[in-house]
Amino acid sequence: MNYVSPAPPPPAAIHAHHLTVVRGPRPVLHDLSFTVPPGRITGLLGPSGCGKSTLMRAIAGTQAKVTGTLDVLGRPAGHPALRTRIGYVTQAPSVYADLTVRQNLEYFAAILEPGRAAADRRRAHVTRAIADVDLTTHADTLAGSLSGGQRSRVSLAAALLGTPELLVLDEPTVGLDPVLRRDLWQLFHDLATTRGTTLLVSSHVMDEAERCDRLLLMREGEILADDTPEALRVRTGTETVEAAFLHLVDEATTAARTKESTR
Amino acid sequence: MNPTTASRPPAAFSPARSLATAARVLRQLRHDPRTIALMIVVPCLMLVILRYVFDSGPHTFDTIGASLLGIFPLITMFLVTSIATLRERTSGTLERLLALPLGKADLIAGYALAFGAFAIVQSALATGLSVWLLGLDVTGSPWLLLLVALLDALLGTALGLFVSAFAASEFQAVQFMPAVIFPQLLLCGLFTPRSTMHPVLRAVSDVLPMSYAVDAMTQLLHHRDTTSAFARDVLIVTACALLVLVLGAATLRRRTP
Repeated sequence: MNYVSPAPPPPAAIHAHHLTVVRGPRPVLHDLSFTVPPGRITGLLGPSGCGKSTLMRAIAGTQAKVTGTLDVLGRPAGHPALRTRIGYVTQAPSVYADLTVRQNLEYFAAILEPGRAAADRRRAHVTRAIADVDLTTHADTLAGSLSGGQRSRVSLAAALLGTPELLVLDEPTVGLDPVLRRDLWQLFHDLATTRGTTLLVSSHVMDEAERCDRLLLMREGEILADDTPEALRVRTGTETVEAAFLHLVDEATTAARTKESTR
Repeated sequence: MNPTTASRPPAAFSPARSLATAARVLRQLRHDPRTIALMIVVPCLMLVILRYVFDSGPHTFDTIGASLLGIFPLITMFLVTSIATLRERTSGTLERLLALPLGKADLIAGYALAFGAFAIVQSALATGLSVWLLGLDVTGSPWLLLLVALLDALLGTALGLFVSAFAASEFQAVQFMPAVIFPQLLLCGLFTPRSTMHPVLRAVSDVLPMSYAVDAMTQLLHHRDTTSAFARDVLIVTACALLVLVLGAATLRRRTP
């Protein structure tokens, strides 16, 4: 590891090395090593139950029993200083059903930036976040009376408050209609290009993979591939990322079987 | 954005964040007027019924009524807090809050402040009603009655917060009331003086905080001045509430399996 590089690449937003997470009696993530580049959208793709959410929880610092190296924005995941710098959206919308959209966001904004001195900035952040997720007309509706898709956008808006450097979004587009999905992806690209935000977005819908700058393909707690969508298609000689994924899965299964039979 | 200030670790306790949390809890309550009405009206109604249950013996109303002024806020706040924090856990908002720069002490102080404020209203109404309209005969100051009621409410909030960590559903949370509150209710000296109980039960009642809440009320009933026994009872109730709040804070985990 002792080499001298003339122009070091920008430090990774997320750096994992031999990362293992145990939930209950069994390991859910096995010995993962990967990096997520800053200012880009990285897609985390894989079938349900492959460990995407656990990985995101580990990055957000809410997952217990994490071993190995996991550095986020230059600090170990879960470091207190990271709490204002990461926006994390869980799969199930985590907002107060008995508060309005604006009241929800006002509260989370007050936790990020407390005090009367920041009141004006907070108000501006709340208004911007509501506009970002296109809920301005519903700002004074109780979150509990919104549709599922609208409520998950409130949850996303809460994560946009305070302009986090890293957004960890667990299936943010699930249950949304195609128009909204397109708009949200537009927002994600805007965040990456204009605000320099790093995004880690999970999905089990493969067509969303094409919209990412980089992809981490996961299966059964392991990373199958870590590449750009283009490079994945070229490497596997396939037309779509979905086909590339299936190709890689078959490859991995065959490899596992050969290993088993030679044992 | 300024990365040097942004990366400063947040303080463990922030009054502004606690107040924001308290305001949020009260806002949630405001969207639920029926709960507010039930919390305010039910204790008053019970006291009215009690007064006329003991219609021919107003002295019994004095003893039981004074004790109940301490017990009602404890039970109401226990129920409300255990359900509210359970909802916070199950809705994922707790996970979100603990991933934000919110201290555990902020969250607990926020709940204690919000429900404490609510308990002041509830206890003031119940105490005022009992003393001025129902003729509850208390030798001590009604203000001290209110103070004890408030401390009891704090104890209820603390117990509710603590047990919600062990409840996986609303059903379980509600069942904790008979499990945690009823034994204390039976042993606190409401039905018969603690000195006349079986020695084993008496020893148990000595370690239950509600006993001291009721003892403090009884002291106020009979003495004009604050006795040392009253001071001790108040101190024990406060210490218990604080201890259970700390235990409750320990059940809030930033990292969960």
